[in-house]
Amino acid sequence: MDNIIELNNVVFDYSDENDNPVTVLNGITLNIERGSFTAVLGHNGSGKSTMAKLFNALEHPSSGTVIVNGMDTADQKYEFDIRKTVGIVFQNPDNQIVASIVEEDVAFGPENLGIEPKEIRKRVDEALKAVDMYEYRDHAPFKLSGGQKQRIAIAGILAMQPECIVLDEPTAMLDPKGRREVIETVKRLNKEKGMTVVLITHFMDEAAIADRVVVMDDGKFILDGTPVEVFGHVKELKEVGLDVPQPTELVGLLKDGGIDIETDIIDVDGCVNALMKALNLEEK
Amino acid sequence: MLNNITIGQYFPAKSVIHRADPRIKILVTLLLIVTLFMAGNFTTLLLCGAFTILTVLLTKIPLKMYLKTLKAIWMILFFTAVLNIFYSTGEGDPLFKWKFISIYSEGIERAVFIAIRILLLLIISSALTYTTSPSELTDAIERLLKPLKFIGLGGAVHIFAMMMSIALRFIPTLVEETDKIMSAQKARGADMESGGLLKRAKALIPIMVPLLSSSVRRATDLAEAMECRCYNGGKGRTKLKQLHLGIRDWLILFFAALLLAAVIVLNTLPVI
Repeated sequence: MDNIIELNNVVFDYSDENDNPVTVLNGITLNIERGSFTAVLGHNGSGKSTMAKLFNALEHPSSGTVIVNGMDTADQKYEFDIRKTVGIVFQNPDNQIVASIVEEDVAFGPENLGIEPKEIRKRVDEALKAVDMYEYRDHAPFKLSGGQKQRIAIAGILAMQPECIVLDEPTAMLDPKGRREVIETVKRLNKEKGMTVVLITHFMDEAAIADRVVVMDDGKFILDGTPVEVFGHVKELKEVGLDVPQPTELVGLLKDGGIDIETDIIDVDGCVNALMKALNLEEK
Repeated sequence: MLNNITIGQYFPAKSVIHRADPRIKILVTLLLIVTLFMAGNFTTLLLCGAFTILTVLLTKIPLKMYLKTLKAIWMILFFTAVLNIFYSTGEGDPLFKWKFISIYSEGIERAVFIAIRILLLLIISSALTYTTSPSELTDAIERLLKPLKFIGLGGAVHIFAMMMSIALRFIPTLVEETDKIMSAQKARGADMESGGLLKRAKALIPIMVPLLSSSVRRATDLAEAMECRCYNGGKGRTKLKQLHLGIRDWLILFFAALLLAAVIVLNTLPVI
């Protein structure tokens, strides 16, 4: 198996202002496979954002190791190459846009890498086309919607041509339309361009499109598997303050009520089919 | 309410001046400012005026925009003119005398002269910011200050330019945020429009405090995002947009220099 990111028994703790130790990550081990789409679920304070920052050497573990493409993030000399390999998109689009023109912002990363102007032009155009924002290339970012700004932030990372893109709650500040735009873009990057994606979120329906879902609580992983496997654990999810997707919850409740119905459902279409089967209706 | 700031605004258009190299535009603006201060009589001032009007016409930006900036400074213009009228003394008899106030024809002449000079200064600098985007401006300043690296200030120049462009980038964001905080405070019953100067200044505190704390948070976020994108202070950095000096740019610089020379020569001629 080819892993792009490996976390080995990682602990992350710090002392708060009263010198009390606070443990954010409590000995986690995780492998992210190249080309995979992993969703990390967890409520606020579960340690998921801290984990994201470990992925590209913005933070370093207190103990344990983080290995990106065979490079240890603790080693200062790999910092540049690690950040070239793993790019992070953050929650607030306003706070990660550097320039006042869209294409200049997308060019910021490649400019830092010291790439030839002609090649930067090519990368910027490609990145903007990949997120469907090419026609806005000479606009001012502050006039765009939240979803559009977040897609520009994604393009800014894509222009550096990383192998893996980590998104830390990219839709938390967006309206439903913006959320859809961003999630569609992320899905396309994984399916069409084969990019490794780690999506950190607390929205169940966003996690449902991933190949693998990891659930975090209190600095530990409590569930790990395909969306169908993970969402089957309704009770465990509810215990850590997370919901299951509505279709999953519905079939779960029907089953509990004594109705013979399939329970490995994560989306509306699957739920409709299961209901029709249970009601002995044929699909039209 | 904070959306009508015109100073330093950029108006995109496709004119000769818009397309000119920003470095040349900054140099020419500085040259014109020097020329304006060199101009010692009405002939040379008129020459500068003609050059300014030609520039304004070439920018293809509606005259209305220029008039808008005048509206912001007409008070300064008015007071400078009035003070000059009262404080000047002339050789001949005063035109008007009342107690300690006396007005000489030279005074009026000087007032008009200085008013025109300030007016032209303002129009010329507006033409620069109207036709050059903030990022072009900071980029040009960075390049113009490049020789400073020979005295060990190369890194400082880049940091200064980066700070300026980030400041410009965040102006609209912070204006929007200020508007939001003000609405939020008004909704809680804050009164910002009545009372004396001191009371109104005090009313600004509940706006400044949240604005400052959120700016610090934004700065932390931005620093992290920049680090993620491999920013390390301008070492080995390349640029998407390369600046090229064309014949047109040299011509513009040549005409500005010609104007300065003409003004210097005409200054020595007797006043008409």
